[in-house]
This record gives sequence, structure tokens and C-alpha cells, in this order.
Amino acid sequence: MFGWEFPPHILGGLGTASYGLTKGMHNNGDMDITFVIPKPWGDEEKGFAHIIGANCTPVAWRDVSPEYIESRIGKVMTPQMYYDLRDHIYADFNYMKLNDLGCIEFSGRYPDNLIEEINNYSIVAGVIARTIPCDIIHSHDWLTYPAGIHAKNITGKPLVIHVHATDFDRSRGNVNPTVFAIEKDGMENADHILTVSNLTRRTVIEKYGISPDKVTTVHNAVIPLSDDLLNLPRREKKDKVITFLGRITMQKGPEYFVEAAAKVLQKNKNVRFVMAGSGDKMDDMIRLVAKRGIADRFHFTGFLRGNQVYEMLADSDVYVMPSVSEPFGISPLEAMEMGVPSIISKQSGCAEILDNVIKTDYWDIDAMADAMHALTSYPSLHKELRDRGIEEIHGITWEKAGKKVIDIYKKVIADRK
Amino acid sequence: MKNVCFYFKIHQPYRLKRYRFFDIGNDHYYYDDFADDEIISRLAEVSYLPMCDTLLEMIKESNGSFKCSISVSGTALEQLQQYVPECIDKLRALAQTGCVEFLSTTFSHSLASLEDPEEFIREVKLENDLITNTLGIKPKTFANTELIYDDDIAMLISSMGFKSCLTAGAKHVLGWKSPNYVYKAATAPSLKLLLTNDKLSDDIARNFNNPAWPEYPLNADTYMDWIAALPEEEQVVNLYFSMDTFGSFLPANTGIFQFMRALPRFAAERNIVFTTPSEVTAKMKAVGELSVPYPISDIDEARDVSAWKGNDLQREALSKLYGVAERVSLCTDRRLKQDWEYLQSSDHFYYMSTKNMADGASHAAFSPYDSPFAAFTNYMNVLADFLVRVEEQYPESIDNEELNSLLLTIRNQASEISALNKEVSTLRANNIEELTVVEEKPAKKSVKAPAKGNSVKAEKSTKATKEPKPAKKKAAK
Repeated sequence: MFGWEFPPHILGGLGTASYGLTKGMHNNGDMDITFVIPKPWGDEEKGFAHIIGANCTPVAWRDVSPEYIESRIGKVMTPQMYYDLRDHIYADFNYMKLNDLGCIEFSGRYPDNLIEEINNYSIVAGVIARTIPCDIIHSHDWLTYPAGIHAKNITGKPLVIHVHATDFDRSRGNVNPTVFAIEKDGMENADHILTVSNLTRRTVIEKYGISPDKVTTVHNAVIPLSDDLLNLPRREKKDKVITFLGRITMQKGPEYFVEAAAKVLQKNKNVRFVMAGSGDKMDDMIRLVAKRGIADRFHFTGFLRGNQVYEMLADSDVYVMPSVSEPFGISPLEAMEMGVPSIISKQSGCAEILDNVIKTDYWDIDAMADAMHALTSYPSLHKELRDRGIEEIHGITWEKAGKKVIDIYKKVIADRK
Repeated sequence: MKNVCFYFKIHQPYRLKRYRFFDIGNDHYYYDDFADDEIISRLAEVSYLPMCDTLLEMIKESNGSFKCSISVSGTALEQLQQYVPECIDKLRALAQTGCVEFLSTTFSHSLASLEDPEEFIREVKLENDLITNTLGIKPKTFANTELIYDDDIAMLISSMGFKSCLTAGAKHVLGWKSPNYVYKAATAPSLKLLLTNDKLSDDIARNFNNPAWPEYPLNADTYMDWIAALPEEEQVVNLYFSMDTFGSFLPANTGIFQFMRALPRFAAERNIVFTTPSEVTAKMKAVGELSVPYPISDIDEARDVSAWKGNDLQREALSKLYGVAERVSLCTDRRLKQDWEYLQSSDHFYYMSTKNMADGASHAAFSPYDSPFAAFTNYMNVLADFLVRVEEQYPESIDNEELNSLLLTIRNQASEISALNKEVSTLRANNIEELTVVEEKPAKKSVKAPAKGNSVKAEKSTKATKEPKPAKKKAAK
């Protein structure tokens, strides 16, 4: 498997989904999974998959002692693994900027030279594909499609790509041609395509011109939260809190949240709104809040890390995800598991599988404001959605999603033969 | 000899329009007239009118030996008057044949029987008046909203003077007993109970157009054979349908109208007669008592009231609504009273049901909302506005009893003033007479005495009707 993010160091939903799926597949048994990420930190959970860091994989020969390797990258890779990989270097990459182990450095994030990093990742994939035998190759999201294709060409094994999002979601239609080309190339070379929702599946078929019979939806699930998180203390408070949580970008529709908040506050003064997260639209949102004159009841937290997210949810009464286009959106599932009823846009993939949420069109500010008002004013609605939501979430497991993926693997392998 | 009673129910609620919370306090009109118009006009065209025609023809062809009964909720009747008046004419024509009994029910198809006994009695009276005025027949048999029934409701129905009541032949209540007998209520022995035969009703309503059903297609002679084949002692078969089953759920092209029209002929061949519920009540004796401690109904698999009171949403909405019942009954504002009726329709609560599986689908099929949560939100917004209006009339700071006594004083004062006015005017008249006629004394006395008597009587009667009310409420609480 090729991925870009892996918990605990994650930037968005991709890492969580990759982790959940891998674990779910492992729990179905009889799977040996190698998971490649650009830059492991050493504190990843290792029980269910071998994690290989692209930044520890040599692409040029360096004569280093096992002790040195141990001291440098011991946390993420054994010296033996390093030597195995070193034996499979397939070309001379000394012209590149390499470190003392002959490895390429990765940021593991989304830097400005992302395209270059994607390319480097695919070079590294060549070494890994030659070293580790596999039956199937699975690429998570467009960043790893080139690596997947490369590995497929080397091993001749079938490639399954997993579309967690497309550029149409991220850009509201103003697609970056480079990204589009990478995505389309990946889809055309894949033997099978997995999408996280029917919404994404449609995009893949309609916008990328892919044959529907090789695209299957595997809805995401949610990793059960630990008891520590579920039992976070809930503060007694006077006002109800309605929360937006996520990157403050065009895709997530933050302005609709602000407009709906303004509507609610015209009528109901006992509500506070929180916009948690950061992003390129944050300044615009602060300006908009000031313009609507609701800054006394509208708060920005900035980027939340780790458990802060769950602390925020524990303090919330309502969670809102007004995404304009959300391939799936795991966060409402987490909110529901924390017992926070959610309002989500009909344009998000998770709306396809969730029943105990309030769904509105992202642009329908009136409906959204109405739902916010209802959840803060009518306790029985809040209670009903909370209790039934928790129940519903417990039925959505990664094991089921993993089973579905394994079945597709089997089919793809059988088709090959 | 077997007796078959057909019951047809006509009900439509006033559907609520999309009502946002910022409309609360600003907009006091709650209804989606367009949807109501569209739905009732369509149903009248495909179902009510052709069905009434079919019934009229059946009566005519059988020389009056075909009989049936119909219940029309007040809200449906009002909508018909408004949008499809020709349908009222058809109902009147049916009433005039003398072969159709019109049943009493709740005015707004409400759940008042479960929530508020006083409101229930008021609703039934309202419905009775409306039926009597519109169709010229005074209802004698009662069929509650979706046949909701339990022992307490039985006492209420009996107290209103009904001799019989139709309810659901729920298996969990009947046990080994058959629904094809007349029973009597355990708590009100003078009230006879007629129970629906679910199997034979469903054979038409659900299976008539179901090719997967082994007996498909059903013919009128087969159907009558089944009824004739029932054990000798089982003499009453009550068949209960929503009228839109005919023509809407079972479209005309399924042949359902022809099926119906053929029934009387095959019935006559098999010595089966059609009757009305009051004839059955008069003719037959009850074979035993039926005790129903928990409410039953005709709806959903469980045949209980969980379709309307199954989750917290529904219970909250109901308790908020009926929390102001007493206050509204004190109000005189006509629009407020009208909204009060329309908001009680059980349909609003039906839409809020979160039942899954088979029942959930039928809830969703009738609901104008996307989800039960949207139904709840919309209803609660409307209710919030309604409560604000009730509050404006009678602030919450005054409690019900105080309000009652204040209103009583006002009313008494009004009657006193009118009595005094009368007295003044008669005195004045007498004075004038005095000037012209010499004999004044006997005339004055005779006028004055009844006037005084009147005012005392009026006071007494208002006291008598008003004062026991708060006391009862208190006891209930």
C-alpha cells in the first residue's frame, strides 16, 4: 500500500482513513500489508502493517554500518531491511539531493514542491517494489498514484487505487491541470478504482471518463474512539456551543456556517459558535464575522492538534459540516460517536450512509440555521439524535469496509488470471 | 347468515408549510395550501369520486341491500368543501340513500383520546356537529383516529352516548379469540365493540395488486367464498379501509372498482348480507368482554400507538401541544382555535416516527418531509409560534385556575350587565308607559321578576359548567 499520511501525524482525513482501512483489513485475517509513507516518525502503530518510510529507503548505494543505521533510523526500520532495499537499487540517483544514507528527504506534508516530492516518492517506490514481493498494489489518493503505476510496471501485479478525493472537490471545479493529469493517469492505469462515496464515484466516472464497471464505492468507517476520549469531562455551560471543525478552505463551506450563525443569533442569543481549524479562508471568515456583527458570540480557535479536537467536540452541542463538496467526511462520524449531533451538507459522501443526522444543502443557509436552532432549542431532538447516532456509528466498522476491499482484491486477482 | 360491514375512512390533514425558526413570531399562517389542494384534488379524482360512484351504483343495483359506513375527519371534510365541493355532493347523495352510515370520529384525526380526555370529547362533538350539518345524519357509531382504543377511551366513548365502537382486531389483544364476533368493553359494558378482520381487509388492501401473492388475482366470488366458509357462529366481518386504497393505492386499472361492484351479487348467492355498524349493534349480542389495558390501533406491525408516541421527539411535541389544551379551550380567538385543531392531526406525529424496516417505509411514503428530524423541527417551529400566540392571549404568569376564575367573573359580569340593561330598558319603557297609561304597577312587577331570575340563573349555569373543571384537572395531575 502506498499512502501519504498515517496517524498520529496527520493533516486531514486521508491518514485516518488509510489507517482505519489497513487495520480493518488486517482484522479480517490472512493479510500481510506493507504500508509505505513518505516520512514515518517512529511512533506509528505497527502491529498490523509493516511501515516503510520513503525517506529511509536508499536509492543510491552508501556503505554504512548497521550501528549507524540503527542510530539514524532505528525507530522506523531495521538495518536488515535497509540492506535489503539497498540491494535493489535500480539506477544511479546520485545526481539527486541525497543524504548520508543515500535516501531522499521527504517532508511528508503538502509543501510547495509537492509535485517534485510525488515524483521522488515514485522513484523510491521502484526500489520498494523490487524488494518486497506482493500480490496487489493499493495506492491511496493521487499523491501516490504515480508510485502505484511504477510499482505495477515493475512487478506486473494489479493496481487498485483508492480515491479519497478528487481535485474537483478541492477546487470547486477550478481543476489544476497537473493534478488532473496525475489523477486521470492513475485511474486509467488502475485495474480497479475504489471511491469513498457514490458522489466521488460519479465524479470519477463523469469527469474522468472512467468505465463504471471498474469503479466501486467502499464507504469509509470510523475507528472506535478510546474511552479516555469518550469520557472527556463535559463542562457545565450556560450557552449552547455549535462547532465547525476542519480546514477553513473553500471546499469546506465555512462562509455558509457564518451566515447561518448570523441568522440564528438574530433570534437566539444563548448560542455560541466556534470555528476550529485554520486555512486560507480564515482571514476572510474573521472579516465576515465582524461585518455581520456577531463577533461577541463567534469564536476562532486556530488549528487544533491531537486530543484538542476531541476536547472541542466534548464541549460542543452541535457539530456542523457545511462542505460544498466532501468526498466522504469522517469528522461527523467522530462527532456522533462523541455524542454530538451533526448537521451535514447533502453534498458530502457520508450523507449517503448516515441516517441520524440532519442533512441540508450547503447553500441553504435558512435550513441550516433552522436545524441549528432546532438542535439547541428542542432537547428531545438533541437527545434522539445523540442516542441513535451513537448506536448507528457502532454499526459502521472498518472491518466491514476491509472485507469489501479484500473481496475486490480477490476479484481483481482472479480477473488477471 | 353472515354480516359484512364495510368501513371507509377519509382523512387528510392540513399539511404544514416549510416554517423556519425566524418566522416564529412573524408569520402566523402555517399551512401548505398548495400541497393540500394538489393532494386532495388528485385523490378525489382518482379515488373518492369514483369510489362514491361505485358505492352509489352498488346500492342502486342491489336495490339497497348493499350497505356500508364511512367516516370522514373534519379536516378532510373542510378540505373537500374548499377544494372539491362536488365530493361533498356525492357524500350527501350516499347519505340520502339510507344505506350508508356515517361514523363519528375525531375532528382533526387527533390523538386527543390518549392525551386529554376533555379535548377528546370536545373534538368528537365538533365532528358530530360538522357531520350533522353537512350530511344531515347524526353519527351513532364511533371509530377513533386509526381505531385507537383502550379501556379508558371506552368509558369516554360510552359517556358520549355511543352504543358501539369500531376498533382494531389486534392479535395481541384477541389472543385465541376471533374478531368476527361482537364484544363489549370491559370498563363500559353498554359499549359494543366491533373488531376489524385484518386478514380479509389486507387481502384487498395489500394483496389485491400483489402478483407475488399465491391467491393473485383475487376475484369477487373467491372472496365471498372465503367469507361464507368462516365457521357458522362467526357472523360479523368488519372490513376497514382507507378510502384512497381504492383508486389511489390500487389504481383503477387493477380492476378494483369492478371487483367491488361484483361483491353484492356473489354475496346474495351465498346468503351473505351487508350491514351497517348500528344495525349489527342493534341485532347482535355481545359474546364476551374485551379488556384492553394498553392502547391499540390499526397502524404498523405492532398495532399499538408507537407510530405516534414511539420516540422522544413525538412525546415532546405531544406534551408541548397538549400542555396548553386548557388555555386554548378558554380562548375565544377563532383563528387560534382553528390552528389548535389543525395542529392536533396525528399525521404530524406520524411523520416524526423513526421506525426502521417495513413500517418506516410506509411512514416515509406519506411524509412530506425528508426525514423525521425535519418533520419534528418544522412542527416545533410552528408550535413555538402557536405557543407565543397563546401566551399573548393568556400570559403564563397567571395560572390556569386563577385565569378560570377571572374569566368566570368577566362572563358573569357580562351576563349581569346584560340583565341589568334589560331591567333598565324595561324600567324606561315602563316609565314611558307610566306617563301614558295610568295602570303601571302590575306591568312593572311582571317584567322585573323574570329579569332578576334570569341573571341569577345565568350566573349559576356558568358556575356549574366552569367551576368543576379546574378541580378535575388537579385531580388528574
